[in-house]
Amino acid sequence: MADIDITSQTIDGMGPHGTKVGLLRVLGPAHVWALGVGIVLVGEYMGWNFAVGKGGAYAALIACWFAGILYSCVAMIDSEVTSTVASAGGQYTQAKHIIGPLMAFNVGLYLVFAYTMLEAANAITAGYLFFVVAQMTGHAGDLDQRPFIILVIMFLAWLNYRGVLATLTFNLVITAIAFCAILILFLSTSGILGGGIMEHTALFEGHELPYGWIGVLAAMHFGLWYYLGIEGTTQAAEEVRSPARALPFGTLAGIMTLLIAATLTWYVCSGVLPWEYLGDGVNGSVAPLFDTARLSGSNGLVWLLGFGTLFATLASANGCINDASRAWFAMGRDKYLPGWFGAVHPQYRTPYRAIVFLVPIALIFALGAPLDQVITFSILSGLLGYTFMPLNIILFRRKWPLETIKRGYEHPFHPIPAITLLTLCGVTFFAVFLGYGTQLVAMIGFYIVVSLWFHFWRYRFVNRGAQFTMPWPKPQGY
Amino acid sequence: MDLWNYLEYAAWGISALLGLHMLVDWLKTDSSYSEDVLTSSREGELEAMAEEHRR
Repeated sequence: MADIDITSQTIDGMGPHGTKVGLLRVLGPAHVWALGVGIVLVGEYMGWNFAVGKGGAYAALIACWFAGILYSCVAMIDSEVTSTVASAGGQYTQAKHIIGPLMAFNVGLYLVFAYTMLEAANAITAGYLFFVVAQMTGHAGDLDQRPFIILVIMFLAWLNYRGVLATLTFNLVITAIAFCAILILFLSTSGILGGGIMEHTALFEGHELPYGWIGVLAAMHFGLWYYLGIEGTTQAAEEVRSPARALPFGTLAGIMTLLIAATLTWYVCSGVLPWEYLGDGVNGSVAPLFDTARLSGSNGLVWLLGFGTLFATLASANGCINDASRAWFAMGRDKYLPGWFGAVHPQYRTPYRAIVFLVPIALIFALGAPLDQVITFSILSGLLGYTFMPLNIILFRRKWPLETIKRGYEHPFHPIPAITLLTLCGVTFFAVFLGYGTQLVAMIGFYIVVSLWFHFWRYRFVNRGAQFTMPWPKPQGY
Repeated sequence: MDLWNYLEYAAWGISALLGLHMLVDWLKTDSSYSEDVLTSSREGELEAMAEEHRR
């Protein structure tokens, strides 16, 4: 014990198990909040409104709140498990410790695909935003979006490469601005400050549920957009100073922020934009909050929400690079993937090979794949991850009951959140099947094929002896 | 040529510079440190320390 000094300035990062260079523990709860909310908030600025197209404005609100319940369960379950299994890789590491290697491999891939696809989708969106601004400022001809898409990915990858503290402090600032922009838009247009422009009664009359209750079900698919990515807070587990405090605090504050932001977004946009226009995210309202600001007649709000849209997009892409690289790094460290990916930069203390390796993959999807397919692949991978979580927490509580190991946070009413989450996941799978059945079947087929590859080939290379690292008692029943 | 055309060129140029910086630093790092050091990170550092404290 005498040779281990975690306060050392000269051999920073030196630790047990032979670690000479490890990830840097510098983050606090605010960074965890910024990581989770930063990834998600772009869903408030665009994307959620497809739910209105599926079932009308009320259906979008019902989907917003049901998805809110789903994600509150996700946040509570994640907070308990991650505050106990505090390692990079998040749900991948949880699956490895609690369920087994094949589940861990699949969950790791869900995470990397969900975040890399979302990063690509954000870069495409940022390129489109530059295109719109160029048109609004009188640029003659069509702007080439490619250099801006590439710049977004390269700049954020570079930031991630250089250090996690700067990366997530940047996310904290731009996410806070994007969130405040929604609050200011609500205060300015609802009549609380100045004159209100809300017309809910007139806009909803005769269009309460245009496609009935099946429309509400179909809206659930896009209801996920309000919160998709909050589970990403777990990837910071190995870089927070106090996992038991910072992870539950940051994650639960994050889901509360998103519940407020989602409800305000629905209220503001559905009170100003007709549902037919709001629900068409391609030819109608691409960025509903920005469109609402334009209808307010205030130039200040237009600029604020314009920057809010861009900042939310950048924050999401930034958080996705952070999370995908941590999951890839953790899988490399355990030899689920080549161990070469498990390297940490000795100066910047980041998983630099994982960060750089994922850049060309994000670029290929951002430049070569259609946005809706990229987003669908991201949502489906995320949904598979959520389905794993209830099984994970049920097994966690069964193998290691509360009195056997100390948790940073114990979520209440177990197993109600787990059962609720599993039920809502089932409903959402059905909703996705209604709209994107082919993609759903194709993607499940893909995961079955890679699972077979892992089982029959890759598992022989896995560092089996070092897989289980937690100093926990033997699980009950073993 | 207006401002946006220049911004396009600037975006290409900055992207190339950032990519180049990462690649050069990557190669420099890989050649300056042994693979054992770079891949020495192990999961569960804090927990292992707590365990050793208890001994």
